[in-house]
Amino acid sequence: MDFELLLVILVDGLVYSSYLFLVAVGLTVIFGVQKVLNVTHGAFYSFGAYLTAYLIGLWINDAEGGAFELLAFSLAVILIGSVFLGIVLGVLIERGLLKFLYTRDEHIVVLATFAGFLVLEDVILLIWGTDPYLAFRPLELMGSSEITGLIFDNYTFTMIGLSFLVAFVLWYGLNRTQFGKVLLAVIFDREVSMAMGINVTKIFLITFMIGTFLGALGGAYHAPIISVQPGIGVEVIVLAFAVVVIGGMGSIPGALIGAIVVGLSRAAAVHLYPELELFVIYAIMALVLIFRPEGLFAPIQARKI
Amino acid sequence: MTLGTTKTTLRLVGAAVAGAVALGGGTALAQTVKIGTPSFLTGAAAPAFGIPAKKGAELIVRGINNGELPAPYNNSGLAGRQIELLVYDEAGGGTKQVTELRNKVQKDNVDAIIGIISSGTCAALTKVAEELKVLTIQTVCGTPRVFEEINKDPKYVFRTINHATANNVSAARYLAAKMKDKVKGFAGINQNYAWGQDSWRDFELAMKTLIPAAKASTKPQFPKLFSGQYGTEISALSRSRENIVHSSFWGGDLEAFIGQASARGLFKRKAFVLTVGETVAYRLGKKFPQGIMAGTRGPYGMYVVDDQTPLNQWFQREYRKAYGSPPSQPAYQYAQGFLAAKYAYDKAAKAAGKFPSTDQVIAELRGATFPTFVGNVKMGLSKGHQAITDDRWGVTAWDEKRGEVVVKDVVVFPPECVNPPDGVGSIEWLKGGMKGASC
Repeated sequence: MDFELLLVILVDGLVYSSYLFLVAVGLTVIFGVQKVLNVTHGAFYSFGAYLTAYLIGLWINDAEGGAFELLAFSLAVILIGSVFLGIVLGVLIERGLLKFLYTRDEHIVVLATFAGFLVLEDVILLIWGTDPYLAFRPLELMGSSEITGLIFDNYTFTMIGLSFLVAFVLWYGLNRTQFGKVLLAVIFDREVSMAMGINVTKIFLITFMIGTFLGALGGAYHAPIISVQPGIGVEVIVLAFAVVVIGGMGSIPGALIGAIVVGLSRAAAVHLYPELELFVIYAIMALVLIFRPEGLFAPIQARKI
Repeated sequence: MTLGTTKTTLRLVGAAVAGAVALGGGTALAQTVKIGTPSFLTGAAAPAFGIPAKKGAELIVRGINNGELPAPYNNSGLAGRQIELLVYDEAGGGTKQVTELRNKVQKDNVDAIIGIISSGTCAALTKVAEELKVLTIQTVCGTPRVFEEINKDPKYVFRTINHATANNVSAARYLAAKMKDKVKGFAGINQNYAWGQDSWRDFELAMKTLIPAAKASTKPQFPKLFSGQYGTEISALSRSRENIVHSSFWGGDLEAFIGQASARGLFKRKAFVLTVGETVAYRLGKKFPQGIMAGTRGPYGMYVVDDQTPLNQWFQREYRKAYGSPPSQPAYQYAQGFLAAKYAYDKAAKAAGKFPSTDQVIAELRGATFPTFVGNVKMGLSKGHQAITDDRWGVTAWDEKRGEVVVKDVVVFPPECVNPPDGVGSIEWLKGGMKGASC
C-alpha cells in the first residue's frame, strides 16, 4: 500500500469521524447523565440542519460581501441557531415528556422518545415542507486545499477542529468545573446526590439542553455540505447509535474513539474494498459487542461521562 | 304580466330544473373518467421527481379537460368525458402501495391508474393491477423486470417510456460516438440498491461492446441510499485511473454529491455521465456542473426545450406560466402517460361509436404508435405493452441569456438503436453484444 493512499485514507477517515462524533456526542451526553436513550436526537439534528439551511438560503446564499464577513455571519447563524434550538427543544422535550418517564422502564423511555422523534419530524415537514434546502455557500467561501494531489474542501477540515473543540470543552467542563463535579456526582448516584442537596431536576434539564444543543449543532454544521431533506434524521440516529454503542454508552472519550475507529475503517473500505462500505460499521459494532458488551470505554459499575 | 309570458317563464323554469336534475344525475352516474395518480408527494423522491410529475399530470389534465391541447388531442376529455384526477402519495413502500391501489380501485372506483415513479412500486403493483383488472399506465419507473420477469403476459399494465436499459446503452453510444479514443476506462458511483446496481451493470455491459478497450473500474462505489456524505467516495474517484464516472444518483443524494464534488473540483477532473441528472438541473441552476453528460431517459425536459411542435410549445408555455419553472423529465413523462390514455380512449370511442370499455381501450393502446410532445411513442416491446422512444444525450452548459441550464452537442438515438428487439430480454441482449440494434 502506498503512502499517499494511507494519507488519503487518514484524511477521509478523520473527516468522516468528525461527522460521526458530532452526531453522536449529544446522544452519549444525555445517556451518560440521564440514562435515557434519546431517539429524538435524530430530530434535533434535522432541526439544526433545516434552520441553518433555511437561514443561510435566506441571508447568505445570494448575498454580496466579503468572504470573511459572510463566513463569520454563517458561523454565527449556526451557533446562535443551535443554542436557540437547544433551549427551546431541550425544555420542550425534557419538561414536556421525559420528566414523566424517569421512574419508568428504559424500554418505555425509548418508545416515548421514538414517538417524540416521529412527531418532531412531522413538525419539520409542517414548517419547511418537502423540498430540500441547499446551503453550499459557506462551503464554497472557505475554498479548498490540495493534499497529495487531491483537492479537499476546507470546510470539512474545520469540522475536525470543531469535533476536537467540542470534546475538549466537554472534558474540561466535566473535570475542571464545579458544575462538572456536581454532574459526576449525579451520574455516580442520583439518589445520594439528591440527599446531599443537589438539585437533580435542574441538572437534568441543563444536561438535556446541552445534549439538544449538540444534536442541533451537528445538523447545523453539516447543513452546508449536505442536501437538507426529509428523513436525514433517521440516517443520523442509526449511525450515532452505532458509534455510541461501540464507544460505550455515556462515555465521551468512547464516542470520540468509536467515531475514529468507524471513520477510519469506513474510509479504508471505500478506498480498498468499496463493497464492504455498508458492512464495516456494523461488523465493528458486532465485534465490539461480542468481546466487550458494554462498549470500549464504559466501565460496568460507575458510569462515567 | 300576461298569461302567455307566465307560461313561458314556467316552461323555462321547468326546463332549467330538468336540466339541473339531468346534470346532477349525470355526475352521480359517473360521467367522468376517474384516474388515480400515485406520485411521491413526501420523502426524498418528492422534490426532483414527485412534485414536477404531479404538476405535469395536473397541467395535462387541465389541457385535456378544457380542450386546450393542439391537434390531434384538441377535443375535450377522454372519449368526451372529463377526467377526475386523484393524485395520491407514492411514499411508504410496496406493501402500502398495494393497499392504496386496492383502495383506489375498490373504494374510489378509479377507471385507470396513470403514474408511478419508483421501480419498487412498479414491481409491487404490476401483478396486483392485473388481478384487479385496472388499466395501469406506468410513467417513470425503469426496471425492465416489470415485463421481462414479473408480468410476461401483460393485459392491463402498460409503460409509456423506455425502460432503464435504453438510457445506459445510449450513454455508452454517446461516449463511443464523441470520445471513443479518449475513454481510458470508467468508474462509477451508484446508490446501493436495485436502481443503482442495475444502472451500473447495464452501462458496464454496453461499454464492453461499444468501447472494448475501456476497462471498468474494479472498485465501483456503491454508497448507501440517502447517506448524504460522499467525501471519501469523492477522494476515491479523484484518485481512480479511469477518466469517466457513471452515476445514476437522483434527488437529494445527487444534489449533495454535486455540492461536495464541485467544491473538490471533481467535475473538472473527470468526465461525468449522470443518467438522470436533468431532474435536478433546473433546481440547481448555475450550480449544476457544466460540460457533463446529463440524461432524461428519452426526449424530455432540457432536451426538447426548444422543440417547435405545437404540443411541446403548449406544454412549455403553460407549465412555465402555471408553476414559474421549466418542465423537467418527470413532468413530461407523467403528461405522456395521459396522452397515451387520451389517444387510446378517443380511438376506442370512435371505433365503438360510444364510450369504450376498458378492454376496448386496451386493444387500442396495445402496440400503438401515438404522437407525443416530440415525435412518437411506439408501444413496441413486450406484446405491445412496453414503449420505446428515442433517447438523447448531450453536454450541459449554462445559458446566461435564458438563465437556465441547456444541453449542447445533442445526439438523438432512434428507439431501435438503444432498446432490445421485441422478445429479447435486456440483460441477454446486452450480454450478447446488442445484436439487432439498428442505429
